[in-house]
Amino acid sequence: MKSFTYERAETPAAATAAFARTPGARFIAGGTNLLDLMKLEIETPAHLIDVSRLGFDRIEATNDGGLRIGAMVRNTDLASDARIRRDYGLLARALVAGASGQLRNKATTAGNLLQRTRCPYFYDTNQPCNKRKPGSGCAAIGGFSRLHAVIGASEACIAIHPSDMAVAMQALDAAVETVDAAGKARSIALADFYRAPGSTPHLETVLAPGELITAVTLPKPPGGTHIYHKVRDRASYAFALISVGAVIRRDGSGHVALGGVGYKPWRVAAADAELPRGAKAAASALLAGAKTSHENAYKLPLVERTLAAVLAQAKG
Amino acid sequence: MKFDTPATDNPIDRLKVVGKPTNRIDGPLKTSGTAPYAYERHDVVPNQAYGYVVGSAIAKGRITSIDTAAAKAAPGVLAVVTAANAGKLGKGNFNTAHLLGGPDIEHYHQAIALVVAESFEQARAAAALVRVQYDRAKGNFDLAKSMDGAVKPPPAFGTEADTRFGDFDAAFASAPVKLDARYTTPDHSHAMMEPHASIASWDGDKLTLWTSNQMIAWSVGDMAKTLGIPKENVRLVSPYIGGGFGGKLFIRSDALLAALGAKAAGRPVKVALPRPLMTNNTTHRPATIQRIRLGATTDGKLTAIGHESWSGDLKGGSPETAVAQTRLLYAAPNRMTAMRLATLDLPEGNAMRAPGEAPGLMALEIAIDEMAEKLGLDPIAFRVLNDTQVDPEKPERRFSQRRLNECLEIGAEKFGWNGRKAKPGATRDGRWLVGMGVAAAFRNNLNEKSAARVRLDRNGTVTVETDMTDIGTGSYTIIAQTAAEMLGVPLDRVEVRLGDSAFPVSAGSGGQWGANSSTAGVYAACAKLRTAVAEKLGLDPAAAVFENGKVRAGGKSVALAKAAADGDLVAEDMMEYGDLAQTYQQSTFGAHFCEVGVDAMTGEIRVRRMLAVCAAGRILNPKAARSQVIGAMTMGAGAALMEELAVDKRFGFFVNHDLAGYEVPVHADIPHQEVIFLDEVDPTTSPMKAKGVGELGICGVAAAVANAVYHATGVRVRNYPVTLDKLIDKLPDLA
Ligand SMILES: Cc1cc2nc3c(=O)[nH]c(=O)nc-3n(C[C@H](O)[C@H](O)[C@H](O)COP(=O)(O)OP(=O)(O)OC[C@H]3O[C@@H](n4cnc5c(N)ncnc54)[C@H](O)[C@@H]3O)c2cc1C
Ligand code: SF4
Repeated sequence: MKSFTYERAETPAAATAAFARTPGARFIAGGTNLLDLMKLEIETPAHLIDVSRLGFDRIEATNDGGLRIGAMVRNTDLASDARIRRDYGLLARALVAGASGQLRNKATTAGNLLQRTRCPYFYDTNQPCNKRKPGSGCAAIGGFSRLHAVIGASEACIAIHPSDMAVAMQALDAAVETVDAAGKARSIALADFYRAPGSTPHLETVLAPGELITAVTLPKPPGGTHIYHKVRDRASYAFALISVGAVIRRDGSGHVALGGVGYKPWRVAAADAELPRGAKAAASALLAGAKTSHENAYKLPLVERTLAAVLAQAKG
Repeated sequence: MKFDTPATDNPIDRLKVVGKPTNRIDGPLKTSGTAPYAYERHDVVPNQAYGYVVGSAIAKGRITSIDTAAAKAAPGVLAVVTAANAGKLGKGNFNTAHLLGGPDIEHYHQAIALVVAESFEQARAAAALVRVQYDRAKGNFDLAKSMDGAVKPPPAFGTEADTRFGDFDAAFASAPVKLDARYTTPDHSHAMMEPHASIASWDGDKLTLWTSNQMIAWSVGDMAKTLGIPKENVRLVSPYIGGGFGGKLFIRSDALLAALGAKAAGRPVKVALPRPLMTNNTTHRPATIQRIRLGATTDGKLTAIGHESWSGDLKGGSPETAVAQTRLLYAAPNRMTAMRLATLDLPEGNAMRAPGEAPGLMALEIAIDEMAEKLGLDPIAFRVLNDTQVDPEKPERRFSQRRLNECLEIGAEKFGWNGRKAKPGATRDGRWLVGMGVAAAFRNNLNEKSAARVRLDRNGTVTVETDMTDIGTGSYTIIAQTAAEMLGVPLDRVEVRLGDSAFPVSAGSGGQWGANSSTAGVYAACAKLRTAVAEKLGLDPAAAVFENGKVRAGGKSVALAKAAADGDLVAEDMMEYGDLAQTYQQSTFGAHFCEVGVDAMTGEIRVRRMLAVCAAGRILNPKAARSQVIGAMTMGAGAALMEELAVDKRFGFFVNHDLAGYEVPVHADIPHQEVIFLDEVDPTTSPMKAKGVGELGICGVAAAVANAVYHATGVRVRNYPVTLDKLIDKLPDLA
C-alpha cells in the first residue's frame, strides 16, 4: 500500500472541491473494495476523501412515486427497508445474495455500483492487464476465463462487472444522480452508466473525474413477481457465475437483466419484448452476438436455463 | 519401549478417560481468541520488526537484475534480504525448490526478497519498490501434454512406482465385463485459515523460531541444514497451529526469511505469507490423470484391476501416489498399478491430507460405481462381493482389522440406501434431481516412533512434554486423556505442553499417524513413571493399580502425589515399533454416503446430507474424532464440487490464488453430517490399540458426491471438480 492522506468531507461541495484540489484523490465510502485494492497496489490514490458522512443515507419517496436511495445507504439497510422489500423485492433479493452480512453492513449503494471487476489477473500485479495498466495486454484472453464475459467484451478486456445489486437496479430501470465539482447535478440512466471496454477498459463509467454519486433513483414500483436467481458453484459467499434478475407480470411480460455475462448488468429491450414467448426467445435476444471461450461457453445455455427456471417460478 | 507383539490388557483398556467424548482442552483458548498463534507472539521477544516477502513474477528463468535501492531508502526499512546477500544457503531434505530463489527461478511466487521494516505497512510498501528484471525461460506447465514424457519415479516412502500380480493383461482382455476409463483430479490448495507465519530471533549463533509447523524435528533439521548451522542451535516453538493439512509439514519461506531477516536487521523479525502468495509460494496437492481398467465375471467378481496415475512436480520432486489404495482395497487375482511422474515447472507439489489415497479414491471409487452399473449390481453389493481380508498381492499377510463391509452395510441401513432407486435420474423433489452415492474409504495406518517426558509434582499434577503438535486435531486432549488414564488422575490434573523442540521428539502431525503414535509415546513415558512411582512408594510396580489419584498394591494405598513429596519424579521414554506392520496390513476403513440435489434447470449441485461410517481402531476421543471426520467430509465435498487451482498454462501459475478465487465449502454447502464409529480395537498398532481418522475422513468422500450427482442426473463426470458447466449440456431438456 502506498501512503496516502485522508480527509472526511462534511458537504458534497467540500468533497468535490477536495477532489479537484488534490491530484490522485479518490472518494471512499465503505472501503470494502477500495482498501483491498490499495493493499495490493492495484489502486494507489494519494489522497482519500471520505464521503460517508455527507448525509446521503436516507431512502425517500420521489414525486413520481418512486424512491431515491442515498448514495451512502448501506447495502444491509437497503435490503431491509420495508418499501424496498414490498415494492422492489428484486433489489432486496439481489442485495442479500451478495457478499456477506459483515460486508453488506459496510458496503454502500454508490460503492457497490463502482466496485471493480474480480478478474484474477486484474488482482495479480505481475500479470498483463489493460484495465489495471493500460496497454499491457489482457492475460485473461487465452487464459483462465471461466468467469469472464460472453458479451460486450473487447479485444482489450473480457472482464465482467461483479455486482448483484446493479443487476436488480438495471432490471428496475434505475438512474444514478450525481454532482460535479462545479455543483452541476445530473441523472444518468443506469443503462448508460457503464462504458463498454473497447480499447480503454480502465475507463469503466461515464462519470467525470471527481463527479460524486449522490443517489440512485427507482421509478414507481413495477408490480409483478420479483425474482433474483444467482447461480454459483457454492451455496453462499461467492460471486455469480451468472445471475438473472427479473420482474415478471401475470401476463408474462416483464423486465430481465443478467449478471456475470458482461462489463455491465446486461439488459436488452428486445429481450424484454420476447419474454412472453419464453426463455429461449428472450435468452437469444439477450445474448445475440455473444462470444465465448472454451471455458465460459457454458454461460449461454446456463443463462437460458436459469431464465427458464425464473419464468417457471414466476408462474408459480 | 518397544512394541513388537500385539497388545494385551493394559491400563488404557479401563477406558475411564480415554474413549470418552471429551471437550478439547484448548477449546476455550481458541474460541476466545487467546490461543497465541505464531504471528501474535508479541510477548516472546521485544523489538520485533516486520518482514514482507517478494515473490517471483515469473515461473521459470533467471533474475537478470534486482534493484533494492528504492526499497532500502523507503521509510522505516531496516534491511532487504535477497539471494545475493543472504550468504550460502542449503536446501532442506523436505524441500524440492529453494525457499529463497535467485538468480534462478524455479516457480511462480518463489520468494526472491524479504524487506524488513519497523512496521508491516512500511515493509509492504517498500516491497513493492523492489525492481526486478527477469529473463523468462520456457516452462512446462501442462500435465496432460507431459504424459508421454513422464518417467517411472524411484520408490517413495517405501512405495514402488509399479506393481504387477498375476497376469493383468490377459485377464483384462478376456474379462466378459470391462471398464476402461480416464479420470482427472485438479491441483488442490491446503487453504488453511492461518497462513504460514514465523518470528525469528537470534541470540548469538542460536536461533529461536516461533512458527506454525506440524513436524518440529523435521523442521529443526531442515532449518539447520538450510542455514548451515548445527541442529542444536535451532529451537522451534509451535504450540498452536491454525490448520495445516500437510501444508505445514516442512519449513517454508516465512521461516527461512524471518531467520535471514533477523540476522540482517540485527533484531527479531516476523514474517507471514500474505494470502495471495500462499498458493504459489508454498506446496499444493498435485493434479493427477488416472486410467483405471477393471475386468469382472458376469456375476460381479473382479478378475483384473489396473490403475495408472500420472502427476507432475518440479525436478527432484515426487509423484502423487494415487494408486496406493488400489493395491489393497479389492480382491482380484490379476492386478497392475503404475505411477508416472512428469517434470512440471509449477509450484512444488507435496502432501495434502491423505496424499495418494484422496485423489486415488476420487477416481477408483467412481470406477467401481461405473462397474457396478455395468454389472447390474448395487454399488454396495458389488463392493462387498469383492472384499478381501488379506493383502491381495501378498495373501499370507492378513489385515489386522478390516470391517469395510460392515461400514458399508451399517451405513446403508442408517442412510436409507434401500429406498434408493437403481436407475439414475429417476428421483425428483420439486426442481431438484435427487441422487445418493456411496464410496469406500481407505487409508493406511502408519506408526511412527514417538517420545515424551512426564513429570509428577508434589501436588499430584502430571505434566507431559513432547514436541507433538496440535493442528486443530485435538492432540492436547488425547495426550492428556492418555496420561490421566495411565496415572489414574482426573483430566484436570494433567498439563500438556506441545510443539517445542526442547521437548522429546514425537511422531508429529502427518499421515494420520499422530493420534496413535503420539499417545503411544506418552504411554511409554507414563509406564516408566508408574514404575518410578511404585518404587518410590515401596510398592510392587507389576501389581500397582493407579486409580483416583492413588496407587494401590499389596493391600496398601498411597496418594500418587506422595511419590513426589521430596522432588519431582520425571520419566522419559520413546515408543518404537517392531515388524507388526509388516506381519499385518494395518489400515483404516470407512464408507461415505452422500445425497445431493441437482437443480434440473441450472445444474447447481447442493449436498443435502452426508454420513460416514468408520472403522479405525480405538477411538480415543469420539468428539475430537468426529470433528476430524466431519471436517474431512467437508473438505471432500469441496474437492468434489468446487476446489481447483486453475493453471495458467502459458505463464505457469495458479491463477485463483486467494480465497475469493479458490472456493472451499461454506456452511450453506454442508447442511447435515453424521459420523458413526464402529467399536473396534486393533491390538497390533500400539498399546493404545488405535489408528487414525483424520485422513480416512476425506478418503472416498468426493467420489461418493460424484456418484450421487451421477445418480441424480444420469450424467457421469470424470473430471473433478464436478461443476455445473460439465453437466449443463446433458441435463434434461427444458419443458
Ligand atoms: C469478500 C467479498 C465478497 C463480495 N461478494 C460480493 C457479491 O457476491 N456480490 C456483490 O455484488 N458484491 C460483492 N462484494 C463487493 C461489495 O459489494 C463491494 O465491495 C461494495 O459494495 C463496495 O462498496 P463500498 O461502499 O465499500 O465501496 P468503496 O470500497 O468505499 O468504494 C468503491 C469505489 O466506489 C467509489 N465511490 C464510493 N462512493 C462514491 C460516491 N459517492 N461517488 C463516487 N464514487 C464513489 C470509490 O472511490 C471506489 O472507487 C464482495 C466484496 C468482498 C470483499
Ligand atoms: S479481462 Fe480485463 S481485467 Fe481481466 S486481465 Fe483482461 S484486461 Fe485485465
